[in-house]
Amino acid sequence: MPINYYIFVSIALFCIGIAGVLTRRNSIIIFMCIELMLNAVNLLLVAFSKMHHLAYLGNPASVPSNGTDGQLFVFFIMVVAAAEVSVGLAIIVMLYRNTHSVDVNFLNRLKN
Amino acid sequence: MSKILQLIWLVPLFPLIGFLINGLGRKSMSKSLIGIVGSGMILASFVVSALIFIEVRKSGVPTVNTLFDFISYDKIHIPFSFLIDQLSSLFLLIITGVGFLIHVYSTSYMHEEPSEHFGRYFAYLNLFVFSMLLLVMGGNYLIMFIGWEGVGLCSYLLIGFWFKNNDYNYAANKAFIMNRIGDLAFLIALFWMISKTGSLTFSDVFQKAGTLSKADLTIITLLLFVGATGKSAQIPLYTWLPDAMAGPTPVSALIHAATMVTAGIYMIARSNLLYTMAPATQSVVAIIGLATAILAASIALKQNDIKKVLAYSTVSQLGYMFLGLGVGAYTGAVFHVMTHAFFKACLFLGAGSVIHAMHSEQDIRFMGGIKKYMPVTHVTFLLACLAIAGIPPFSGFFSKDEILVAAYEVNPLYFYVGVAGALMTAFYMFRLYAMTFQGKFRGTPEQEYHLHESPAAITFPLIVLAVLSVIGGLVGIPELFMKNGHSLGEFLAPIFAKSQQLHPAHQMDHSTEWMLLAVSIIIAVIGVVWGYARYSKIADIKDATGLGKVLENKWYVDEIYDAIIVKPIRALAMFFNKIFEKYVVDGIVNGVGRSIQYGSRQIRLLQSGQVGNYILLMVFGILVFFVIEFFLKKK
Repeated sequence: MPINYYIFVSIALFCIGIAGVLTRRNSIIIFMCIELMLNAVNLLLVAFSKMHHLAYLGNPASVPSNGTDGQLFVFFIMVVAAAEVSVGLAIIVMLYRNTHSVDVNFLNRLKN
Repeated sequence: MSKILQLIWLVPLFPLIGFLINGLGRKSMSKSLIGIVGSGMILASFVVSALIFIEVRKSGVPTVNTLFDFISYDKIHIPFSFLIDQLSSLFLLIITGVGFLIHVYSTSYMHEEPSEHFGRYFAYLNLFVFSMLLLVMGGNYLIMFIGWEGVGLCSYLLIGFWFKNNDYNYAANKAFIMNRIGDLAFLIALFWMISKTGSLTFSDVFQKAGTLSKADLTIITLLLFVGATGKSAQIPLYTWLPDAMAGPTPVSALIHAATMVTAGIYMIARSNLLYTMAPATQSVVAIIGLATAILAASIALKQNDIKKVLAYSTVSQLGYMFLGLGVGAYTGAVFHVMTHAFFKACLFLGAGSVIHAMHSEQDIRFMGGIKKYMPVTHVTFLLACLAIAGIPPFSGFFSKDEILVAAYEVNPLYFYVGVAGALMTAFYMFRLYAMTFQGKFRGTPEQEYHLHESPAAITFPLIVLAVLSVIGGLVGIPELFMKNGHSLGEFLAPIFAKSQQLHPAHQMDHSTEWMLLAVSIIIAVIGVVWGYARYSKIADIKDATGLGKVLENKWYVDEIYDAIIVKPIRALAMFFNKIFEKYVVDGIVNGVGRSIQYGSRQIRLLQSGQVGNYILLMVFGILVFFVIEFFLKKK
């Protein structure tokens, strides 16, 4: 399958994520959209990693690649995302406790 | 080279030391010590000058004494050097000699000043002499310019010596500002000279003068002349000199006789070659000189302040000197500087003596009949008056006549106008003399009671100067009377030799010269008799009317200057102060501040606290970078 398909899917995922972050007010959905963007990136990393590996197999003179470098990054991102989720969800819980809402528009205390 | 010529730097050094001692020690030194230091330093200078003069007379070779390299840049080298030749050695004698007498006179005249001010006075006086010596001895135009500025500064300090009186301060400011106008022209001339000849040293400049274009020469000489009009009080910059009377009387004598105003004459006499090569400038010099001579003489006819009359007579006599320079009679001009220094110093010091005795009364309408109270002052003043009026065989006759005869050779009209000026000179001097010393006393009985002859420190310089005004002319007897009688002319001949070669003075036939002499003598006698007869018996003076009033008000020149120069500049300054600064300058400054405040207030609204907005902006930013990266960046 050509790499273009992966890229388009990834772009679509990323844009959906951005659109979600920008338009939705529910902080849990925003959170999910952020995850969506991270996963768009993960998808790209895996796809490119695979592509480079195949290119190396086809032509041993090119840059050596065993197809795991990108996947390694993906694991990092997943771990960080998991950690982030735990912190983020905790924040959302606190938010809900304080405001009885998960609407981010209540979170404008940074102003002034 | 003789030893004494190695020591010429001593001449200006003495007054400088005197200035430092008196200036720094004015609070702790006694008056007599200050007086001794002040006068003694000038006397020491005078002695050295006299030795130098004798040496120069014997050897006749100009000496350049370079002390150190003053300015050295690229190809331009301006050494700090002194030049001693016939011209400067003569001026040294005049400056230090007359200067010394004035110092001696001042010790008595200024004795009522508190000790501190007495010291300040002598410090300024010494600095004045020092600057003038620097001006005269400078081996190049730059050193001359330093002295030139120095005398300007000192005249300012001394005119405003009694600084508690605001009018005097204004007079001092006027003198300084008028001088600055001239100085600027002088400075431009120097730069012009550097750019065209690459040097300011007299000998270099004169050597290269032949290679300069006519236009350059004319511009340089004209600019130098503008400088001279400031320093030597010629039209249009002469108005400061009469106002300079605000200073103590000996200062007036110093400014008018020995220093300052003769600077312009010296400078042009020094640059005589340049002027001879620029005939256009010469005519300007002659005409300005003549016009000044006439204008100032006419003003002097109706002045009632004893010092003002003398001041205008100085302006007028300086006009004659410039006439002499303009017609190429350089020797005559220098000769007149010398005789003028004698009789004008004598007149001013005599006037000072009268003012002193009259307790600061300066108006001649309230004087009269002083001759029986002050015989020495009277006789010396009379002799000096005769000298300035041009009665033979007093000194003024010889020098003035030399100039007038030379003027006749160039243009007979110069002669006739000059003689008319001489008539006025004789008239106003004897009006002054008659109203001061003859007739009945018109002051208060109180003043009359206190009238007495001045002490020896005042009469001694008067006597010396009177003797010099009588016999001073004998160094320049015209060929007509005596073969080789003009020893001054012979002495100065090497200085003006090149100019003479360019424009040899053609010999006038003797009958014409006799005629000219006779005319000027008759005119002078008429002036003397007329002025004396008209004013010696006068009881009191009516207010002038008609032309007399115009003359009394000095042709309203001050008012005209006020109207066409001072007022518009003031209006402009007010405009800048009230309108330009308030609305334009302040507007820009405040506007910048206000627009930044406004802008920041607007930008602050972006900080809404809405996380979504921030992210939106971030996305836009990233998009912009993408656009730049992919579409706008040149590959």
